[in-house]
Amino acid sequence: MTQPDHTGDAPRQTPLLAVHRRLGATLTEFAGWLMPLRYGSETAEHLAVRTAAGLFDLSHMGEIVVTGPRAAEALDYALVGQPSALKPGRARYTMMCAPDGGVLDDLIVYRLASEKFLVVANAANAAVVHGELAGRAAGFGAEVADRTDDYALIALQGPNAAGILATVTGTDLTGVKYYASHDAVVCGRPVLLARTGYTGEDGFEMFCGPQDAEPLWDGLTAAGADRGLVPAGLAARDTLRLEAGMPLYGNELGPGMTPFDAGLGRVVKFDKPGDFVGRAALTEASRHPPRRVLAGLACRSRRVPRHGYAVLWDGEACGTVTSGAPSPTLGVPIAMAYLDPEVAARASPAGKTPGGQRESKLTIDIRGRGEPADLVTLPFYRRQS
Amino acid sequence: MTVPEELQYTTEHEWVAIDGPVATVGITEHAAEALGDVVYVSPPAAGAKVTAGEPCGEIESTKSVSDLYSPVDGEVTEVNADVEEDPGQVNTDPYGAGWLFKVRLDGDAPGDLLSAEQYSDLIKDAS
Repeated sequence: MTQPDHTGDAPRQTPLLAVHRRLGATLTEFAGWLMPLRYGSETAEHLAVRTAAGLFDLSHMGEIVVTGPRAAEALDYALVGQPSALKPGRARYTMMCAPDGGVLDDLIVYRLASEKFLVVANAANAAVVHGELAGRAAGFGAEVADRTDDYALIALQGPNAAGILATVTGTDLTGVKYYASHDAVVCGRPVLLARTGYTGEDGFEMFCGPQDAEPLWDGLTAAGADRGLVPAGLAARDTLRLEAGMPLYGNELGPGMTPFDAGLGRVVKFDKPGDFVGRAALTEASRHPPRRVLAGLACRSRRVPRHGYAVLWDGEACGTVTSGAPSPTLGVPIAMAYLDPEVAARASPAGKTPGGQRESKLTIDIRGRGEPADLVTLPFYRRQS
Repeated sequence: MTVPEELQYTTEHEWVAIDGPVATVGITEHAAEALGDVVYVSPPAAGAKVTAGEPCGEIESTKSVSDLYSPVDGEVTEVNADVEEDPGQVNTDPYGAGWLFKVRLDGDAPGDLLSAEQYSDLIKDAS
């Protein structure tokens, strides 16, 4: 047993830190922020989100607002997607790439009004994204402002999320479609309400002023008390997104890979008008077979694959685990890994069942011992809808 | 945080109950809480020789994996098969049903084991 060491500057605090302390959360430093890792059992929190609902503090996420008559054009140039094609009130998952095609961050872009966009960045990349956006937008006269400190972000996720929310807002939630956003009043507080999430469940994310965060959290908690709502920390968030096959920047995504490596080439909109940063390199990347493919693995043993562990085919190295965790839903350890495309094709999951009796040539080197695993189709979990 | 008076402790957050020639070993509530949900336990096998302060197994939670250290010298006489089957008992009952393995002592117990009071001071400083 070793203790985590605490070094460096004091971490940033979310407007809900006092709430987390009151709830007895285990706090952890994540991307420079002091965040709730879990409140009790992270497995119980995970299962609550799958079967009822969970409440998350995501105030560490970066909020960058881009405004101006040419804001849409600026974002088309700065990002690989086409924000100019979004209608006001709609959002899209997209990425920012370097000129060499490497991924600098994955983002959600909300078009709040015809000349106003909200770019939500990962906490660890918020400064880079802000700096790059400011530079890339300069030629378009668009204003780029880091508004992270002006927003708290609370997510309500799970099959009961809509039912809970309906009791504390006048907004008709059937009118709030997936990846849409609305100005709304929730628990008497003004929020930007979006039907987005990172758990594989239906759910909502609410951007609000820091002063409104605690009353909003408490109001939602009370509204969800008889519908199984529990506070959920970053540990559950990570296993939820892994089961849902969603990439995490720093694990599945990074500057050394293109969106095509991650199997997410569809986010790159080559047919949009005008140039964009990374176009030449990404065009090149799109024409070649991928250097590696992102695959799902289900383990047959109970030992857990972790980020960086080697994957072997018949004893030969063929890839690397990017994320791994015990899956509360499947009951076995699961992992995403970048594999040699040939091996991934040979180990095709067609017709196989995880944990089946067939001999697997695929193993994961878990601290010196090869543990058998099966290739499975991503995502590991898909909600019934 | 519970630190039972009658047990002895190590700086690696194991507890030891010494009853004559046999020591029962587990991890402390503080350690279990720091790990989060324990999902896999690999104690040393029965018959294995263990050495005080040396890694002898592993314990895994959602977020991390840690070595288990033996607090004493001796031979493993029994491992807790129930906890291997249901590792969550390390979280729910770390000093009872969550015990990990038993060792027949080779000579005396090491002199550097901590008392409950000393261990309480240790984890107070750490948190």
